[in-house]
Amino acid sequence: MTNVIEQLGRWAVMRVHEMGRMVLFLMSAFAWLVRPPFRFHQIMKQLHFVGYRSTFVVVLTAGFTGMVLALQGYYSLRKFGSEGLLGSAVALSMIRELGPVLAALMVTARAGSAMTAEIGIMRITEQIDALDTMAINPRQYLIAPKLVAGVLGVPLLVAIFDVVGIYGGSLVGVDLLGVSEGAYWSSVASAVEWKDVYGGILKSITFGLIVSWICCYKGFYTRQSAEGLGSATTEAVVLSSVLILVGDYILTSLLL
Amino acid sequence: MIKLVGLEKTLGGQPVLQGVDLSIPVGKLTTIIGGSGSGKSVLLKHMIGLMQPDRGEVWVGNVEISRLSGTPLNDVRKQFAMLFQGAALFDSLSVFENVAFPLREKLRMKGPEVGRRVEEKLKEVGLTGMGHKFPAELSGGMRKRAGLARALVMEPEIILFDEPTTGLDPLMAKSIHDLIVTMHRRFGFTAVMVSHEIPEIFGISDYVAMLRKGKIALMATSAEFQRTTDPEIQEFISVGGTVALPGSLAG
Repeated sequence: MTNVIEQLGRWAVMRVHEMGRMVLFLMSAFAWLVRPPFRFHQIMKQLHFVGYRSTFVVVLTAGFTGMVLALQGYYSLRKFGSEGLLGSAVALSMIRELGPVLAALMVTARAGSAMTAEIGIMRITEQIDALDTMAINPRQYLIAPKLVAGVLGVPLLVAIFDVVGIYGGSLVGVDLLGVSEGAYWSSVASAVEWKDVYGGILKSITFGLIVSWICCYKGFYTRQSAEGLGSATTEAVVLSSVLILVGDYILTSLLL
Repeated sequence: MIKLVGLEKTLGGQPVLQGVDLSIPVGKLTTIIGGSGSGKSVLLKHMIGLMQPDRGEVWVGNVEISRLSGTPLNDVRKQFAMLFQGAALFDSLSVFENVAFPLREKLRMKGPEVGRRVEEKLKEVGLTGMGHKFPAELSGGMRKRAGLARALVMEPEIILFDEPTTGLDPLMAKSIHDLIVTMHRRFGFTAVMVSHEIPEIFGISDYVAMLRKGKIALMATSAEFQRTTDPEIQEFISVGGTVALPGSLAG
């Protein structure tokens, strides 16, 4: 019994220690972000990687999400004779929840895992140590640009996700299921309010930060082996995804 | 210039360094030898502040660096360059960009001067015309040469070499050793090398230090080291075959 409690205690202490290290990691990266030299070229490069190169997968996901949402929504609303509200149902679902969450999950799977792998390989092959020996802070050179790219790139992707998703819903609802085009778009316009949009923006910024922070952290502190790198990548994706979902609930409860 | 005083370090519950006292002579090539897992690379990393000791002091000049971090540590590191075991070239950059990296990042150098200095260093290490290649396209020996060019481009006062010939065939290993000695003679930097290459290191080193059971068992000139009467050290250095006496490359 004592052994179990001891192991539980050790596990808890290790988790608290790791949480502290994660927060210090984030604070350190932000502190270096505002100190010269300012790495604009690195930031643009990361923004291109996180944002532009995730566009295709985000558009694909958004399109099909909007389409299936319209399909499911139509048959539910038809029971109450409210097919005309399909546009608002799709738009509000997209803007408030599905856009930020699904776009962030897609970025996690694509760009986040790549960040973890890239930084992890740099750790294993001593490239990060090489930066240290050249008196170049790895947090400033490697991590801070990725954090900025996440915070700026994910909201832009969410905006694309929302637009494509609503159009996807229109494709199914209007063109396939026969909902009035005017009714669809007018219900979108009347239902969506500014607080829905900034709520979505706030979520997307938060999720962008979570993805880049967790994935960079896991890569930076990966164990020195192929198995360690594999574990780090898996843990980064899982932890980021869980924190996105938990963060979504917390933000939604605060915003409503 | 580099002085280690009473250095102790435990890793994963295992004591690695157990009171290391070592002074590195300025402008000389000192090689640290020892058994596998004896802590040679750990010792080397302490010299540049990549690791912090549990106890003891690390002096670089008149600055004690073991508790330094941030800008003060970076100021000390400006004197150093390091050639890592795998060369640690940045994968996403070409050889040219790797060698140019410290010039652009630290000196904020731009324009044709960067190209001139990089090409000069590539020529010195025998990699003329290889600037466009990426690390994945290079052999092990070429990667080490590119790493050495990057280490030399800032003209440091101290260069640390972490097993520079590991994984290379004997001919390639000899060419890397020859290159290190040639560069050392030309630029006069203080060199500290960790190596397993016995007896070759006796032909190229001014001083040899052996790490045993977490402490320096012996530090002496190459010739004196080979004449030691310590039976354990003699057994260790004789395993490599015919012992080379100085008078070869190190002169």
